[in-house]
Amino acid sequence: MGNCCNNADNSALQTEAEEIIAFTGKEKTISILQEVQKRKGYLPEALLCEIARLTGIAISDFYGVATFYSQFSFTPLGKYVVKLCNGTACFVSGADLLYETLCDFLKIKNNETTPDGLFTIETVACIGCCSLAPVVMIGDRLYGKQTPSGIRDLLQEIVTLESAGNSDGGKV
Amino acid sequence: MIRGVLKVGLGSCGIAAGALEVYDYFLSDAVKKNLGNILSFGEQRITIGKTSCIGLCFAEPLVEFCTDDIKILYGRVDKIFAEKIVNGILSNTLPLENRILEDEEVKKYIGPQVKLALKNCGIIDPENIEDYIERKGYSALQKAVFEMSDREVIEVIKESGLRGRGGAGFLTGQKWEFLLQAAGEKKYLVCNADEGDPGAFMDRAILEGDPHSVIEGMAIAAKATGAQLGYIYCRAEYPLAIKRTVKAINDAREKNFLGKNILGTDFSFDIILKEGAGAFVCGEETALIMSIHDRRGMPNLRPPFPAEKGINDSPTNINNVETYANVSGIVANGAESFNKYKSGNSTGTKVFALAGKVKRVGLVEVPMGLTIREVVQEIGGGSSTKYPLKAVQIGGPAGGCIPEKLFDTPINYDSINATGAIMGSGGLIVMDTNSCMVDVARYFLQFTQNESCGKCTFCRIGTKRMFEILQRITEGKGDENDISLLEELSNHVRKTSLCGLGQLAPNPVLTTLKFFKGEYMAHVKEKKCPAGVCRALIKVLINPEQCTGCTACTKVCPVNAISGEKKKPHVIDAKLCTKCGICIQKCKFDAIYKN
Repeated sequence: MGNCCNNADNSALQTEAEEIIAFTGKEKTISILQEVQKRKGYLPEALLCEIARLTGIAISDFYGVATFYSQFSFTPLGKYVVKLCNGTACFVSGADLLYETLCDFLKIKNNETTPDGLFTIETVACIGCCSLAPVVMIGDRLYGKQTPSGIRDLLQEIVTLESAGNSDGGKV
Repeated sequence: MIRGVLKVGLGSCGIAAGALEVYDYFLSDAVKKNLGNILSFGEQRITIGKTSCIGLCFAEPLVEFCTDDIKILYGRVDKIFAEKIVNGILSNTLPLENRILEDEEVKKYIGPQVKLALKNCGIIDPENIEDYIERKGYSALQKAVFEMSDREVIEVIKESGLRGRGGAGFLTGQKWEFLLQAAGEKKYLVCNADEGDPGAFMDRAILEGDPHSVIEGMAIAAKATGAQLGYIYCRAEYPLAIKRTVKAINDAREKNFLGKNILGTDFSFDIILKEGAGAFVCGEETALIMSIHDRRGMPNLRPPFPAEKGINDSPTNINNVETYANVSGIVANGAESFNKYKSGNSTGTKVFALAGKVKRVGLVEVPMGLTIREVVQEIGGGSSTKYPLKAVQIGGPAGGCIPEKLFDTPINYDSINATGAIMGSGGLIVMDTNSCMVDVARYFLQFTQNESCGKCTFCRIGTKRMFEILQRITEGKGDENDISLLEELSNHVRKTSLCGLGQLAPNPVLTTLKFFKGEYMAHVKEKKCPAGVCRALIKVLINPEQCTGCTACTKVCPVNAISGEKKKPHVIDAKLCTKCGICIQKCKFDAIYKN
């Protein structure tokens, strides 16, 4: 994680770190990481180092925990996180086709973000809406019984909205 | 005042199917303006309400209209049909179509089911504690607090024969007894809601639909065992379940069903909801405890069992969501109300998330002893495709595939275990002859090798090698030795892994090898995939005799691999074709086939 831990003199950073700790408590490694992930969309190194300094939790502990759980990311995610369910029901209903369609349309692979910062693809083990398989989640919204052409239309719609400059981020 | 309710099913699946739009419409100004704020039907005033998963996922979104005299459940309701319902209420002539409870097929779906754990799901508003109390909620807690000794509570749970619904099937009453007898001042309870099995959504449905039943079950367990604090460990992927459970905990505390001096006695117990961070292995109890301790969720050697040394090194009892949801009914109505459903060593009911290639998918609760065939054929309505059924996958990545010829196996822990699969937490995925069993095994091993925490060498490396072998076989690069190698590795991984994840990881491979060895042999010897799934081993072809040249296939092909003149037979360019099979589904003349 570099040597950032020595130069945490940014007061804005300190304020934010203090806010997070006040909200979660000092010892709760996972809760702190979850709060950072929620606020920033990823785990910025400088902020974590500042929190480490203030809480006394070793930065290596943060790193160890963050790399264990799939909820955390060290790089910023796209504005629209496209979660593709790969649960058993979705798998037998053709989730692999949807994955190929996504990769083909966005020109990225799993856990990657498009260069314009708009989309991230995440395949997830199971969203738990097996009755609607295959399922895709974009932002907070679930789309059930998806087909390759349906996915393409959905993504195209977002791209069009975005280029026109009027979207509400993740809630298409 | 006579009153009626117009209720919308707002579980995650319902919302995904569009239920929220319907609900918003009912609450919209347009509806209110028409009706002067309140709908009236005849003499009765109608309020708008919500509930959670009704279980009939195949007919979402669902709207129930009930008054004192009638109860109608409308299925597949969109905004247009919702308008029709409102107009019907206004004019006293309710629409006759989409009344799914009157559908003969739906009756078959509901008929064999017995709702114990799901008794309130889809009936009450999960965000309203009064709804739960109205249906005798928290009366079992009162009984346990005022009328029963700790021993008596444990005895009735033991007598009911309730076994852990998380999959392993350990006797719940016995577990509670361990905690009661454990030495130590501080004792903890945990509700395991880290439902990670792909293809399972029972726990989500219970927490979304009836969170108080779980809270009441935990409070009763606390009373019986002397625990002071409980955790509900819920996976982060279930935001709605988390939201509703947190609200339910707060409401229960306000009513003094939780917190200090419950119901004015000296019994105190509280619950904290802990959000998981995405790790399948945290469903294992020692890993779950590590995660509650804010550490990497890696399992520990047992013994000591959590009943001796769990959270903060204190005695801890861990049960699954469905297990706790069954407790209040047993305490309120007696052990007999539960164990009258009996098959082998299993009593009560089991909730299944029925999904895959069946006509009616959804959340079903069946008495022990019903056969797999009855669940799949009667309740599920058989195959949803033109192909016959081949197998069910039960128990997720730790379970296995049970072939069609064994569909008469009764559902109970021992009979399912005898097939080589496990009961698991309740995922039941139905597969037709278009599913390749080698590919299914590959899919599960990909999952487990990905989710292995890395602590045990054989689980970390062994599952990875097994996955690679299966990958190789599905690509047509395997040979016969690979099959014995798979068997050998399976045995090692099973014997040398610390926790259930590794010990049970070979199950999907071993069950498919046991029942579908021919399919493996076809892959390695003839380099053929009989189910037509493994893309390296198949060709997609057009039969010129049957092709009418309608051009439907050319329009759907994602890679433009199909060409031909209108009204003349088309051809597929094998170099471009990705064998996705979309054209096969699209062709009305069955002219396209896999070989």
